[in-house]
Amino acid sequence: MKPTFLPVWRTLASIDRRIIYLLLTIVVVLPLIIHPKIKVRVSEPVRAAFESIEKLPQNSVVMISIDFDPSSAPEVQPMLIAILRHCFKKNLKVILTGQLALGLPLGEIALNQVSGEYNKVYGRDYVNIGYRPGSTALMVGIGREIRDFFKTDYRGVPLDSFEFMRRVHNYHDIALLVTLAHGAVADAWIQYAGARFNQKIIVGCTGVNAPNMYQYLSAQQITGLIGGLQGASEYETLVEKPGAATLGMPAQSTAHALLIILLIIGNIGFILSKKKI
Amino acid sequence: MLYRTGPLILVFGTALLLIIAFFIPHKPFGDLEARFLNWYAIISGFTFLLGLDSLARHHLIKIVRREKGWFYSLLLVTSLFGTLFWGLYSWIRYASPFALNAPFMWLYKFMIIPLQATMFATLAFFIFSAAYRAFRVRNLAATLLLIAACMVMLGNVPIGSSIWAGISWLIHQIFPNTNLEILKRWELFAAAKDWLMAIPQAAAGRGIGIGLALGGIAMSLRIILGIERTYLSS
Amino acid sequence: MPITWTIGILVSGLIAPPESLLLRDNPNDQGRAIFISWVCPQTESITGFRIFRACSLPGKFIALNRELIIGTEYLDSDTMLCDGVPYYYFIRVYSAYDSVDSPVSGPVVSSAQWFNTDRINVLVLAIIINGLFIFYLLRARHNTRMFIRKINGLDAIDEALGRATEMGKPVLFSFGLGYITDMVVIAALPILRRIASKTAQYAVRLIVPNSDPLVMTTAQETVKEAYTEAGRPDLYNQDNISFLTSDQFGYAAGVDGIILREKPGAIFWLGYFYAESLIMAETGHSIGAIQLAGTTETTQLPFFVAACDYTMIGEEIYAASCYLKPEPIMLGTIKGEDFIKFLLIILISSTVFLGTAGRLLANEAPFLNNLFMAIVNWFIPKS
Repeated sequence: MKPTFLPVWRTLASIDRRIIYLLLTIVVVLPLIIHPKIKVRVSEPVRAAFESIEKLPQNSVVMISIDFDPSSAPEVQPMLIAILRHCFKKNLKVILTGQLALGLPLGEIALNQVSGEYNKVYGRDYVNIGYRPGSTALMVGIGREIRDFFKTDYRGVPLDSFEFMRRVHNYHDIALLVTLAHGAVADAWIQYAGARFNQKIIVGCTGVNAPNMYQYLSAQQITGLIGGLQGASEYETLVEKPGAATLGMPAQSTAHALLIILLIIGNIGFILSKKKI
Repeated sequence: MLYRTGPLILVFGTALLLIIAFFIPHKPFGDLEARFLNWYAIISGFTFLLGLDSLARHHLIKIVRREKGWFYSLLLVTSLFGTLFWGLYSWIRYASPFALNAPFMWLYKFMIIPLQATMFATLAFFIFSAAYRAFRVRNLAATLLLIAACMVMLGNVPIGSSIWAGISWLIHQIFPNTNLEILKRWELFAAAKDWLMAIPQAAAGRGIGIGLALGGIAMSLRIILGIERTYLSS
Repeated sequence: MPITWTIGILVSGLIAPPESLLLRDNPNDQGRAIFISWVCPQTESITGFRIFRACSLPGKFIALNRELIIGTEYLDSDTMLCDGVPYYYFIRVYSAYDSVDSPVSGPVVSSAQWFNTDRINVLVLAIIINGLFIFYLLRARHNTRMFIRKINGLDAIDEALGRATEMGKPVLFSFGLGYITDMVVIAALPILRRIASKTAQYAVRLIVPNSDPLVMTTAQETVKEAYTEAGRPDLYNQDNISFLTSDQFGYAAGVDGIILREKPGAIFWLGYFYAESLIMAETGHSIGAIQLAGTTETTQLPFFVAACDYTMIGEEIYAASCYLKPEPIMLGTIKGEDFIKFLLIILISSTVFLGTAGRLLANEAPFLNNLFMAIVNWFIPKS
């Protein structure tokens, strides 16, 4: 029996998903192998986040909250590394904490990597106070006294053993809070630390969550926003140290281009199908 | 009767107390919110034992009865308890399972991170197939949505700048009076993306958010007043 | 005094002591906190300030801060501070070579407040909003005919269940990653009860994988009761309502596995979903199931709209229990919600108009802009 072929327009409008997945795999893998150079344009929200850290005086305290887990690490970990590089370049003091127990080791890995690049010493330049359960109670509690929830760092060493931690008691003593989140935790920081205690906050989040954060940015409830892999690559450009995010931008570019081409092809097929009917 | 009305009275009383406590900083009201949140954290910690019991029992029965897929259940139970004991061993030996030199970190770095990141990455494939299927120019609204989506996609990646540079050159060829450098700096796709995200998208999000907040208040009021009782056992 | 210090002082001049030391009980708190502010006449060559406190005059002053303060405000919330006890303070300013004290100020007494005046705006809004809800609730008792518009998603439940029954396939229901404290999970329970009741009548298997043990327990109770009410308690199987994992993508992987093995005819996504929503919804689409979704997470709504047959947007899911069992008293809250939304539209529109007019007529009518800012500032939470 002779095989029957669908008319071309029906084929264009209904490409098998397996072919789509194969094409996507090719356009993502090839740029990762070839490493084409690509210029990254910096957007206003990321620039605002950069400036929030850039204009902090030396020795200011920045609290970084790791509110993402390994699933978002490819997108958010480059942001964390770029921000740590920025903080250490400016000789700021860093406190690492987090609302997700499974995400904190990612913070520890990043600290370990970046502190070596800038000769920063644990206890003198940065401290990891770890995770404590409490969520919003903890966010409100830090507004009173951080030692109500964190008496020691993640290894059990008392906070007052660290010189710069002796002057940190609550949000008054923290110049900036950076929340790197993949879910609703950033909203909680904004509602509790930001609204109740006027804590300055910048948010780094996955691309999926970024649209939600624009409301806070335009209402000036946050001073900067780094959204997705694109945002991470923009921040890497600003700190002049390209990393994993910048490496991933060619692949993201080609993937977006493929999707647009598929949408055009699909719609051509759709319009032609309608005309034929 | 108490079986039914007791929980309703408890819900009403607790809600009223917490609402009042929100406005009164004086002890003992000022601490109530934090105290209740801590109690919730403690209770929810214990409920994980419930989940563990359900999971372990379900799969152990499958293994014992050699039901279809029992081998996967065996893998699950082995992984569950293996991870637990490996973490406990690391905790005892290195003061934290997440200490950089702890054996549990090997599991974290080479199994948990790749597995979770891979699952999130599969989202890209599903977005492609869903977008290809859904973004069709059925009517004006769908067409506008498609155009906006393409603008945002191009504005989000460096290739958009390259495409706009090409379009600028074309415009300059057709209208030689235009300044090519100024045109290039316009970055239409990026500017459109920034505007779309900051204005219409945020406005729509806020509108839905206000509706959700009001819906949440209405729902809370129904629960507090005992009108909504579906969460209770009859 | 070392020679270098002497030279330093002679070169830089003596530093002036802090002035206008203002001490007050920290407002709107539970006591044991005193707010101190001061003015520093010269800021050059100042390295910082140290605060000293005593319980009596004359008395022993103790330093409150080991590290020097850079700003001109300090909140003394020391654990040794007691309410009702008068305290005295002075401030010592340091430069590289010198230090000088302000005059002693006090007494000041800390106390707890019975009302947080920063939250007056929240109280007023809460009274207005809840008052309107209660007004419509009471009015609904006398008005038995109340209109609620069609919600396609909820109307489609029976259609979806009928289709699954015809195909002889099970039905899957998921709360997503919601906890029992999430409003949307509580709002989805009446829908689960209705679905369970129908599946009991049609003798169709209902699968409910859960990511939270408390939600699992509540779901088990709800389904069991629905089966009992439908007269088919024998069909209830606790193993069908199980706990998978609380991990986001572990849950998604587990649900995908269930979908691909069991091939349900109808899938209901009603709860709290994050990025895993499309992974699960697309898998459901790939097996040809009819899908109905509802979530309050606005970032996931576009994915559900693309992948599912029916999607409840925004607060439509909150209206579920009122829609499925349209009692007047339930519909009263929906009516109240609509009226408050109407009031908010008027408020937001008029404020936007006022702000725009204030900006355009900034020179001719500056009071418009002032009024606009006063309204906006009233709504901003202060604590």
